[in-house]
Amino acid sequence: MEIITKIVHPIFEKKPGRGLLIFGLAIVIIVILMAIFAPLIAPYDPTKTSDDSFQPPSAEHLMGTNRLGQDVFSRIVWGSRIVLYVVFIATLLSMSIGIPLGLISGYHGGKIDRALSIIMDSIYAFPALILAIVIAVVLGPSPINTAIAISFVYVPTYFRMVRGQTLSLKEQLFVEAARAIGARDKEIMVKYILPNLAPTVLVVFTLSVADAILTEAGLSFLGLSVTPPTPDWGYDLRVGQPFLLDGYWWLVFFPGAMIMLLAMAFALIGEALSERISLATR
Amino acid sequence: MARGVGSYIIIRGLMIIPTILILYTIVFIFLRILPGDPILAVVGTKNIPPEQLAHLRAMAGLDKPLYVQYFDYLFRMIRGDFGVTLAFPQGKPVWEYLKLRFPATLELTIFSFTVSVLLGLITGVIAAKNKGTKIDTSMRIYSIVAYTLFIPWFGMMLQYLFGVHFHLLPTSGRIDPGIDLQRITGLYVLDSILTGNWEAFTSAIRHLVLPSITLGMVLSGAYTRLVRNNMVDVLSQDFIRSYHARGVKHWKVTLYALKNAFIPVITLMGLQFAILLGGAVLTETTFSWPGMGTFIVDRIDYRDYNAIQGAVVFFAFFVGLISLVVDVIYALLDPRVKY
Amino acid sequence: MKTIIDVKNLSIYYYTLAGIVRAVENVSFSIGEKEWVSFVGESGSGKSTVAYAILNLVPSPGKIVNGKVVFNGKNLLELDEEEMRQIRGKEISMVFQDPMTSLDPLRKVGDQIAEVLIEHGAEKEEAFERAKELLRMVNLPEDRINYYPHQLSGGQRQRVAIAMAMAFHPKLLIADEPTTALDVIVQDSIMDLIATLKSKGTSIFFVTHDISLAAERSDKIAVMYAGKLVEFGKVEQILDNPLHPYTKALLESVPDVWSERKVSAIPGYPPDLRNPPKGCRFHPRCTIFKIKKELHGICNELETELIEVEKDHFVACHLYRRR
Repeated sequence: MEIITKIVHPIFEKKPGRGLLIFGLAIVIIVILMAIFAPLIAPYDPTKTSDDSFQPPSAEHLMGTNRLGQDVFSRIVWGSRIVLYVVFIATLLSMSIGIPLGLISGYHGGKIDRALSIIMDSIYAFPALILAIVIAVVLGPSPINTAIAISFVYVPTYFRMVRGQTLSLKEQLFVEAARAIGARDKEIMVKYILPNLAPTVLVVFTLSVADAILTEAGLSFLGLSVTPPTPDWGYDLRVGQPFLLDGYWWLVFFPGAMIMLLAMAFALIGEALSERISLATR
Repeated sequence: MARGVGSYIIIRGLMIIPTILILYTIVFIFLRILPGDPILAVVGTKNIPPEQLAHLRAMAGLDKPLYVQYFDYLFRMIRGDFGVTLAFPQGKPVWEYLKLRFPATLELTIFSFTVSVLLGLITGVIAAKNKGTKIDTSMRIYSIVAYTLFIPWFGMMLQYLFGVHFHLLPTSGRIDPGIDLQRITGLYVLDSILTGNWEAFTSAIRHLVLPSITLGMVLSGAYTRLVRNNMVDVLSQDFIRSYHARGVKHWKVTLYALKNAFIPVITLMGLQFAILLGGAVLTETTFSWPGMGTFIVDRIDYRDYNAIQGAVVFFAFFVGLISLVVDVIYALLDPRVKY
Repeated sequence: MKTIIDVKNLSIYYYTLAGIVRAVENVSFSIGEKEWVSFVGESGSGKSTVAYAILNLVPSPGKIVNGKVVFNGKNLLELDEEEMRQIRGKEISMVFQDPMTSLDPLRKVGDQIAEVLIEHGAEKEEAFERAKELLRMVNLPEDRINYYPHQLSGGQRQRVAIAMAMAFHPKLLIADEPTTALDVIVQDSIMDLIATLKSKGTSIFFVTHDISLAAERSDKIAVMYAGKLVEFGKVEQILDNPLHPYTKALLESVPDVWSERKVSAIPGYPPDLRNPPKGCRFHPRCTIFKIKKELHGICNELETELIEVEKDHFVACHLYRRR
């Protein structure tokens, strides 16, 4: 736990990557606030259609309006809810499966480990988006189904990382010592190994969230996440594309930029954190 | 040595079988055991005669017990039979589509792959040569930004800029509609060279530019980072200084350093290729590229899970093959690998 | 005797993030034809940095801030990259410390040897013939040209490195601790090879931290401490009549199987070269300075300079200052 404070506490201390960290955190916090206070921030009902279709960005419609005359800005604000919800559930699911499996596999070794490793490596080596598409197709379009589809493809990411770390941690002196004083396997895994995984899990978490945001957007771009008229960044991008060639750039520019900005924010945080961890453990 | 390489390839080839089997099994399980009747999903309504439902079930092979279905389909696939489509049109072999669509995807991925490796090498070497400076930092930021570019969005921005604004490049399809190109391999660039059809060649290349840059740039970020770190590592090694001390020309030393730095990058390529295929689905959709990705997406609309299963398992074969090729290249380039 | 290389007032600083490291300060010496000079000192004393400076290959962030390296009447530090390249590997060659890392792991040994010849004007076929010949000269079978470095032992790789250094009968060979990474038995054969090279007319700049190894074959010994050359003279002069307190301490720290003499380590640590001590850099560890009160105000205040105490025997110590 000491290492966590070492990383998180001095966020505003001058250290390499401070700028990246602050920038990333700022965007993430803004998007979270946007999602929470969507009803207060959004000037219009995101699903309400009007006759003012294809209006370019103006004071009245900050990001213009779409074909149905819906306010793009309001849809962006409300859309943040879907992304965060899907990505949050998906990451939580893949962590709660990947981490325990990795821990058990790495700690006990043997046949279970070999079998799990082959399966996880196979999934890991396959294009995540394509696998997620298959699952999403079967489950049908809904945010929770998208979350399940995404969670499945990120289980190996956590599994591989945790397994690798556990393999090296279980050889270390403090684990040997715990075993010598009679700690049981379960106790060692939970009390001694798990806390030491925290820094790496944190980094992998931020990076896989960045990835999951892009996968969610990808699935909804392909029409596999939400059903209209729910506001969703990826879906709005899909709906806006046919009109891009007519010059209505704002239909796709803003939703896409948000997807990228949010994914980038998490990637920057992950980058800064991994740098700090390598400094702290050096 | 030749015998050594041969047996190495065979052993590595056998090692990809479990990977393909596992992926096949996962896809099989997901498509059968998860809730929802796929046939009803295709038909969309329950008001159809039961005999037609039974006919569809038989066509999809769903009338047999699960374990029979599992092995039946597996063995049929090994023989190149990937089942039939369930709708629009009904009963057309999936293989017919794959044969037509796969070369398009292959062409796109080859070009994107080249773009990503080249971009990664250039940015990585620049970063390494300027280690610790602002240039190094900006290359690092490039790698993060490139990695988090959302393919459809980035593609559309390029379409808008080069297609709509400057009218420089085509924004969809593989070739201008009026051009007649004899199909040999299905790779248009290759076919046009083989038949000496230069009009088709130019058109195919022009159509490839935007999609390849889109997909290639997104994938280049990972290379930037790895090339940079390896290059920094290699440049600090004795043998580089020792080359200089022997009076070897500077550019040659850089080349040798690059070769050494490139070896670990090859291991990344297999994994990157898988990500590339995933990205290809989005790229193809964005640029209306008639490849495997758009095929899967089209079939999603019909809920044609038979075709999706065929395409995905075909992808699994392809991913396995690529990882084999990458391993062999690695073994051939690095004399320290024993085979 | 003809002078091969003449180094004058050489200073090299490393510009690190933690500060400027004064790695080499005002070092001057010369090496004559067919002369073997060994540079001795602890790690960090600057002896390897001097070696790299001769070829103008000081690793970044190091910079040569002052001085000349005169070779064949030319200051090497003023040559352009191409002129310098012509000299490297042809007239001055170098053997590195760790043979495990000093050969390119991806290229065959023969290609690497032949390359030195080709880069300096040889034809391809002739270069490979000569590569075989060079391998024979360092007692390796010819067929080793088709081997990759990882297929050779450490000693064999060092022979390959020497073979490359021998490609053109260089005027000067710089050997940076060429035996440190090797087994004792292999060490001797490598030293023999260097001696063979010397007998053919090459001068040797030999870097080592082992003064007894230096004593075996050298003509002269140069002792470096904390970036400064503190004593320089013929082997007999250094061994029988060491003048600098550091040289004396260094000789006492060497175990001798034949005598009952007590081995004594030098107390204290080498200074931090970002902020070297004022005056003589050795004074904080100098036993004489500790005893003699009259030296206070001199050794810890005034810079030392190299003075010739007897013919060819130089020392930088205030004890021998002409008053």
